[in-house]
Amino acid sequence: MLPKAAWSLVLRKGGRGRRGMHSSEGTACGGGKTPRYTNCYAQRHYPMPEEPFCTELNAEQQALKEKEKGSWTLLTHAEKVALYRLQFNETFAEMNRRSNEWKTVMGCVFFFFGFAALVIWWQRVYMFPPKPITLTDEWKAKQLQRMLDMKVNPVQGLASHWDYEKKQWKK
Amino acid sequence: MAPEVLPKPQMRGLLARRLRFHMATAFVLSLGVAALYKVGVADKRKKAYADFYRNYDAMKDFEEMRKAGIFQSVK
Repeated sequence: MLPKAAWSLVLRKGGRGRRGMHSSEGTACGGGKTPRYTNCYAQRHYPMPEEPFCTELNAEQQALKEKEKGSWTLLTHAEKVALYRLQFNETFAEMNRRSNEWKTVMGCVFFFFGFAALVIWWQRVYMFPPKPITLTDEWKAKQLQRMLDMKVNPVQGLASHWDYEKKQWKK
Repeated sequence: MAPEVLPKPQMRGLLARRLRFHMATAFVLSLGVAALYKVGVADKRKKAYADFYRNYDAMKDFEEMRKAGIFQSVK
């Protein structure tokens, strides 16, 4: 959103400046002609595009554009809708419609989670070296016993959950 | 013109309405979270420490640790 707004500012400044310089030559080249990738399509975060949606107008559309230069109260409802459709490719309701894309995205995300899990499981079985001595169960048991003997965190932490009389965890 | 005319939407005061709602909500939520923290965390912790140290005997604690054999300076 921010780059597009900044880019449009740059375009407008460049266009106006260059038109000002070339106006004496008669043919006003409209600054840098960017290809019509997105400047004619409104988006929810950029609802007023620079270019109108239809640029090649047939005869009756040209006549309608001429009529638009007059008083708008003379336009019929159908003509107003036609003018809107010339300027924008979708209404706000059409542009903001929901889609089911999120289901596809979440499905693919979970699929690759699962695939990665399978790969890591295979690696655990066939590739991982033996555990360091400090992570074996016997060492961890001795470590926990030493921590309880030292009364680590006796107020709210580890030793506060151990019952020293009954030699078991408090219920 | 269109067969049915839609009601005119709210045109003014949109930011003010949004700010009013969100300021009030933010105020209430902040106070609520702060109160819950004070009761659930801070006061609970102070009570736990007070209860622990009320009848704490440091020498008895030291003797237990010495008997467990964790010290290098005294056995």
